[in-house]
Amino acid sequence: MTTNSLITIKHGRQKRQRRWLLVNFLLIITAMVLCVAMLLLGNTFHHPADVFRALTGETVEGVSFAVNNIRFPRMLAGLLAGIAFGIAGNTFQTMLRNPLANPEILGITAGSSVAALFCILILQTSQAVTSFSAVIAGLLTVIVIYFLSRSGAFSIGRLILVGIGIQAMLSAVISYLLMVGGHQDLPSALRWLSGSLNGVQMNSLAPLVLVVMIFLPIIVFLGRHLQLLELGEQAAISLGLRTDLTRILLIVSSVCMIAFATSVTGPIAFVAFLAGPIAKRIAGVGYSNVLPAGLVGANLVLAADLIGQFAFDVRFPVGIITGILGAHSCFIY
Amino acid sequence: MSNSRISSQENHVFVPKTVTKTIVISVVLLFIVSVLSLAFGSRFVTWNELMTGLFYPEQDSYGASVVRERIPRTVFALFCGAALGVSGALMQAITRNPIADPSILGVNTGAALFVVSGLAFFNISTASEYIWFAIAGAMLTAIFVYAIGSLGRTGATPLKLVLAGAATSAALSSLVSAVLIPRTDVMDQFRFWQVGSLGSASWNAILTFLPFLIAGVILAICTAPALNALALGDDLAKSQGVQLTTLRIFSAFAGVVLCAVATALAGPIGFIGLLATHLVRLLLGPDLRIVIPMAAIAGAVVLTFADVVGRVIGSPGELEVGVVTALIGAPLLIYLAIKLKVRSL
Repeated sequence: MTTNSLITIKHGRQKRQRRWLLVNFLLIITAMVLCVAMLLLGNTFHHPADVFRALTGETVEGVSFAVNNIRFPRMLAGLLAGIAFGIAGNTFQTMLRNPLANPEILGITAGSSVAALFCILILQTSQAVTSFSAVIAGLLTVIVIYFLSRSGAFSIGRLILVGIGIQAMLSAVISYLLMVGGHQDLPSALRWLSGSLNGVQMNSLAPLVLVVMIFLPIIVFLGRHLQLLELGEQAAISLGLRTDLTRILLIVSSVCMIAFATSVTGPIAFVAFLAGPIAKRIAGVGYSNVLPAGLVGANLVLAADLIGQFAFDVRFPVGIITGILGAHSCFIY
Repeated sequence: MSNSRISSQENHVFVPKTVTKTIVISVVLLFIVSVLSLAFGSRFVTWNELMTGLFYPEQDSYGASVVRERIPRTVFALFCGAALGVSGALMQAITRNPIADPSILGVNTGAALFVVSGLAFFNISTASEYIWFAIAGAMLTAIFVYAIGSLGRTGATPLKLVLAGAATSAALSSLVSAVLIPRTDVMDQFRFWQVGSLGSASWNAILTFLPFLIAGVILAICTAPALNALALGDDLAKSQGVQLTTLRIFSAFAGVVLCAVATALAGPIGFIGLLATHLVRLLLGPDLRIVIPMAAIAGAVVLTFADVVGRVIGSPGELEVGVVTALIGAPLLIYLAIKLKVRSL
């Protein structure tokens, strides 16, 4: 009897593990296909061999510039931003145990945007300073939300409500800053408000690459702990988790990823919102959802950008396409 | 016996003195904000010019014509505020949720999306067409948000409703941008569909708006006694003879129509319902027979005042009133969230 049930459990475990591995593998494959598609497609189609030669440093007439200066940065930005948004969104959703709770709705993205807009429109600082203050502001927003929701008994529900309030207020501040700001700075300000991969430069990508390389392993490593947090505060503590420390680490890592991704691409709507639940649905439960969420995020951004570029007469920025996707999925919920 | 005690307590609220005082204060406040709204803006108008503009239509001066231009806007602000205030009060009563407001629940954005789609795809152009599209959009969104919010075991808790509303609102506003972005030529003109503004006020719009406002407010006042019973919980309300389904349908209909017509003409203006209702409840207690009519007045005062602030801060242009109301209203939302008992989340 007991051996039987043990075998069943073991069997189920193996099945879930196989499924998890298979899903991750497939997601990596589709992400790679989309990356290649983004390199090949554009105003003109380039032959794969030409693209490859251009990427390895050879000068190919008419190909090198388009691939190295436009398509490759665009592809890389989409890939990294997708991973960052997907993982950060999933972290918040899991930690707060609510699929609707993500950095966008809680005002963390808005906090970063306010700081960035203030730097761009009022102080007119350099890009590095702007990104840095966006990270700081994002973290500050989290801290403010956390402490406001701590008065009385802490509850996740209260935190979410406070976050929604903060979000509404910060959005109002954003509108005000846009009105006050000078017209010549508006284009770079709008980058912080609507997601787009247009005109991404290689040198602005470097910080994002670095940030993803630092914080991605941290969150993946904390994946098991995140799963424990999902069980609820008390269960997590009784299982030996240092909940406060874990939460702080997770929040700092997520906010850094979001803020840097936003500084390059703007807030790409709903990627952080959709990636987690989609990943959970296809990868199943039982294993850490962090990697699948990041991969789903990357797939979403790349696919949405391709759709935005080529599916319509008008070129839509990627944020609009993901926004529409998000709206539809809201209706499916 | 207990029944008679309840009713005597309720009657206590209707002491003539309180009512008179309240009415006097509201009239004074309405007068003050109206004068402010006529006098302030990107150009300040002197008292003489104000009087000329209002009462001597044959005399013409620059200041007087500025005042005359501001009259429809002021009237429109008062009416819109009243509609949004009552709508918020109704939504809070129906969902038994202190954090409800047409904007927080996403209903405003739904209305805005339908109007924008109507403009883009169906060539609607008159104020009454706007209103019908807005009502349809608001209706669908309200049903949708309530359905999402009440999924799961615990039913429609404040938290789930607010989250569902925020998510829906975010999704719908990106749809609004998707409709607007390819039409950059009209984008500037329709910017107020993303943040509400009273800039498009005209007498024509006000006249179309008025019947809906009156009907909505009357319906709301009629349902107020039954909504009072609903505050006790479904079971107790039923035992007092309230037809729950009918009540919910009628009062929700009134609430949705009121915020839809306001949105149809002014775009999504947030937080007025929340601000007005809590202000009134703080001063006059929770009896909805008083809260609903007074929320209309409080809403009118708050919205008109916010509009004045927006025009002064944003001078020489204007800061959309939706931005100002969010700046005032969001802290209230945070405060309410902090005050709310954990149990009721």
